[in-house]
Amino acid sequence: MQTAVIVFPASNCDRDAAMALEKVTGRAPHMVWHRDSELPSDVDFVVIPGGFSYGDYLRSGAMAARSPIVKDLVKRAGQGLPVAGFCNGFQILTETGLLPGALMRNKGLKFVCRPQELKITNGNSRYTSAYGTTQNVVFPVAHHDGNYYADDSTLDSLENEGRIIFKYEGNPNGSARDIAGICNAEGNVFGMMPHPERAIDPQHGGTDGLGLFKSIIESI
Amino acid sequence: MQAVEITPEIVAEHGLTPDEYQIILDRLGRAPNLNELGIFSVMWSEHCSYKSSRRHLGKFLTTGDKVIQGPGENAGVIDIGDGDTIIFKMESHNHPSFIEPYQGAATGVGGIMRDVFTMGARPIALMNALRFGSPDHPKTKSLVDGVVAGIGGYGNCVGVPTVGGETNFHPGYNGNILVNAMCVGHARADKVFYSAAKGVGNPIFYVGSKTGKDGIHGATMASAEFDDQSEEKRPTVQVGDPFKEKLLIEACMELMATDAIIAIQDMGAAGLTSSSVEMADKGGVGIELDLDLVPQREPNMTPYEMMLSESQERMLMVIQPGKEQLAFDVFEKWELDVAKIGVTTDTGRMVLSHKGEIVCDIPVAPLADDAPNYDRPHEPTPKRPQIMTADIAEPSDYNATLLKMVGCPDLASRRWIWEQYDRTVMADTVDNSQSGGDAAIVRIHGTQKAVAITTDVTPRYCYADPYEGGKQCVAETWRNLTCVGADPIAITDCLNFGNPERPDIMGQFVGCIEGMNEACRAFDYPVVSGNVSLYNETNGVAIPPTPAVGGVGLIPDLNYFATLSGAKDGDTLILIGKTDGWLGSSLYLREIENREDGAPPPVDLQVEKQNGDFVRRLIRDRRVNAVHDCSDGGMLIAATEMAMSSRTGLMLTKPEGSCLTNGWYFGEDQARYLLAVDANSVNPILSTAKSMGVPAIEIGTFGGSQLKADNHIDLDLSKIRATYEAWLPTYMES
Amino acid sequence: MKAIIHVGLKPGVLDPQGRAIARSLSDLGYDEVSDARQGKVIELDMSGTDKDAAEARVKEMCEKLLANTVIESYRITIED
Repeated sequence: MQTAVIVFPASNCDRDAAMALEKVTGRAPHMVWHRDSELPSDVDFVVIPGGFSYGDYLRSGAMAARSPIVKDLVKRAGQGLPVAGFCNGFQILTETGLLPGALMRNKGLKFVCRPQELKITNGNSRYTSAYGTTQNVVFPVAHHDGNYYADDSTLDSLENEGRIIFKYEGNPNGSARDIAGICNAEGNVFGMMPHPERAIDPQHGGTDGLGLFKSIIESI
Repeated sequence: MQAVEITPEIVAEHGLTPDEYQIILDRLGRAPNLNELGIFSVMWSEHCSYKSSRRHLGKFLTTGDKVIQGPGENAGVIDIGDGDTIIFKMESHNHPSFIEPYQGAATGVGGIMRDVFTMGARPIALMNALRFGSPDHPKTKSLVDGVVAGIGGYGNCVGVPTVGGETNFHPGYNGNILVNAMCVGHARADKVFYSAAKGVGNPIFYVGSKTGKDGIHGATMASAEFDDQSEEKRPTVQVGDPFKEKLLIEACMELMATDAIIAIQDMGAAGLTSSSVEMADKGGVGIELDLDLVPQREPNMTPYEMMLSESQERMLMVIQPGKEQLAFDVFEKWELDVAKIGVTTDTGRMVLSHKGEIVCDIPVAPLADDAPNYDRPHEPTPKRPQIMTADIAEPSDYNATLLKMVGCPDLASRRWIWEQYDRTVMADTVDNSQSGGDAAIVRIHGTQKAVAITTDVTPRYCYADPYEGGKQCVAETWRNLTCVGADPIAITDCLNFGNPERPDIMGQFVGCIEGMNEACRAFDYPVVSGNVSLYNETNGVAIPPTPAVGGVGLIPDLNYFATLSGAKDGDTLILIGKTDGWLGSSLYLREIENREDGAPPPVDLQVEKQNGDFVRRLIRDRRVNAVHDCSDGGMLIAATEMAMSSRTGLMLTKPEGSCLTNGWYFGEDQARYLLAVDANSVNPILSTAKSMGVPAIEIGTFGGSQLKADNHIDLDLSKIRATYEAWLPTYMES
Repeated sequence: MKAIIHVGLKPGVLDPQGRAIARSLSDLGYDEVSDARQGKVIELDMSGTDKDAAEARVKEMCEKLLANTVIESYRITIED
């Protein structure tokens, strides 16, 4: 099992993501620099970490989505490679079009950082299967642009196809239909605003995030 | 260069007195040109030269077993064992934040982070100490909004958690808010970098953002009083770019892992001038810079502008000859501007060239060594009479009094603030503002060690009695670190005062320093870094003396620490320390009686140490479930905070023979802690305390969902919490 | 030549920043303000003299990067 983390100039959760992947797979991920043009060929799962990629100037994730490595990532994701984006990673995935919708400024206009209760709305996905009967988890949120938007027909199809994987219990950002995390139609590409990688350690934010990493790793 | 005749008016505009100008004439043997005058003026400004404070700062304890580097470098360095060091400092950004709160606060955070990573440390935590004017003042709300957004906007983007701090409101800050930011970083002991430019003929590198016209004369602005026209000075405020800062951190860390850097210094206040002078002076060398090579953001910048610009996110380095290409490669990888702009020399002079002309040629030593060092007259603050508890009427309704206290601006929840700060990025935050605890706890990555960090000062005590207040602020940080089970190691300070040319203000300054120093010595708790911010006054009205202290301690093993939130149903509440019910200068007196008089509570440093050492030992022996110190608002507020944070009710019983009820509840006697302990630990703890001469008494039991106290208080905890949480968001949204 | 691009949220997409602006203006007594929308202006300095060609290029830039057409619309002005 070989994983990878994409590192943009201002990624700041890259180390946290690497720690989580190493903890679950027993093996350090490749740290792939944003200017590289290709992902290593042996990669089974890729994480796009949180942070501010290119300073998040213009729009969160906009410039990162046009970087050389992301071009290859989009291609590989189309071939079925599992890709998860957390926080800024989710913003980047929507900017690439791999996931529908967009993440807008929080409804309260303020950055929001708090432990956030989430409801697992699809426990059979590749990213949640290991949670078993667990229905609610707590991950930290820490973002300024997490207000998920998509038009009603997109939201309806996400809902009907079971592609909404997590919803907020107590909406922190005005997100449409309380959406916290979604996947693509094929189920291999997943994005969420909360930070599962900051919830893998009892000394720091609890261990609720481990199930997410276990789920996707076991599915490969 | 166009010659400008240096008139007395130009000298005065540069904030130099005629006497100071005469020293320049003597040292140069001629009149300076405008560039040289500008350089002298910023180096000799209060901000850079500490000319009013230097002789008093020299009194501080600054050495100790664990001190690797005390004051005088970019930040202080302490040893936390196993080859690890902690590098930290606190700094003010008061004036810029008042003029443009978002950018002022943001660049304050950026500046303090640069001080820390300049020395080789990866920043691991940010803290802040904020003082705003009265909530009723028309500017306060927008200042709070801007400052908090600025702190969050910068720290969140760079990806360093903002883990704690303090925020107070008082009319004394209506015209001069205080924004003090602290950064804590971690480095390996063999990878600490210093600023002395050693060696001759070594290349000098400029790295980071381009130089623009930002903040020209910021250092002199920070050294002058405000008047009503100050808001016109807006263009001098610098704009921060946290994205650049993040790149700069990563690039510096990468280059520091090699042996390419001889010396490094960030360009803070007075930019290129102070960084190059300080590096040359400390290294005992001269310096030659070609200003045409400085990366510039605007065309046609003059040497004067380049030397005095305070554009952010810039560094100056002396690079090992032969390693230039390595440095270029690293900085270019991170897409930063980099240029070799000069060389160290053996002349002891600072020589600047621009468009083929020498535009400055002055000796380095006088810039640093001959900076004025004033012994300003100082008058001690008159002692205030002690207020007897019996002279303060008891409230008719303690339920209402408690609710008023928990909902007052200085005690109400800061959730609205800390939810805007990313407190968990880097995934090593063990405890932060969210618990309402005494100190934040941040793990050293990959270990079971952690640093405890706190900021504190009680300005109303310092105003009432600078000496006792000075002792108290150091003691309180020591107590806060003790509460989480840490060994307090050292402090940084940010000394915010009014105009030092007034003897009463200078008296406050001297009194506070002497009190602080006495506490530092009593606890073997040295000052390793800090800054002084004077002239915090508007139209002749000074701020309350506010020597903010940032304390750092070590939790050697995360299996042994405490917070205030671990109390369980059935736990007993024990009060450590003696309660006389001291209400003079208390928050109760201010909020309930509308009085701000009386002597503040005295601090017995011997007792502080004894009680604190006892509490720390209990934590290490795992005898306690939760710990909190008694500070603003006294025992009842501390107990209420513990109950709220632990999510369990509490029944308090006033012991027989204790002081009067209002003093018992709200008195601010020092050296006191509350402990939540298992019922079967009570007797062993009380008997050990007795044998050690530590006052300890059982005062309550946790459980249920109410807060009850004697026959005075009976409130649902949920109601208290609602009041506690309501004030700040309601105020900000009104 | 200069290209000026106004990027704003599409009609129908909730604009919390615009709403906050409208509320503040109304608090200040500007009762005639019924709504506000916030966007951004991007100015590009461009070489060449063919305005139509420039506009086509800028449109491409908007579609590719400058606007997120899921939520944003844009308007291009080319000036000498």
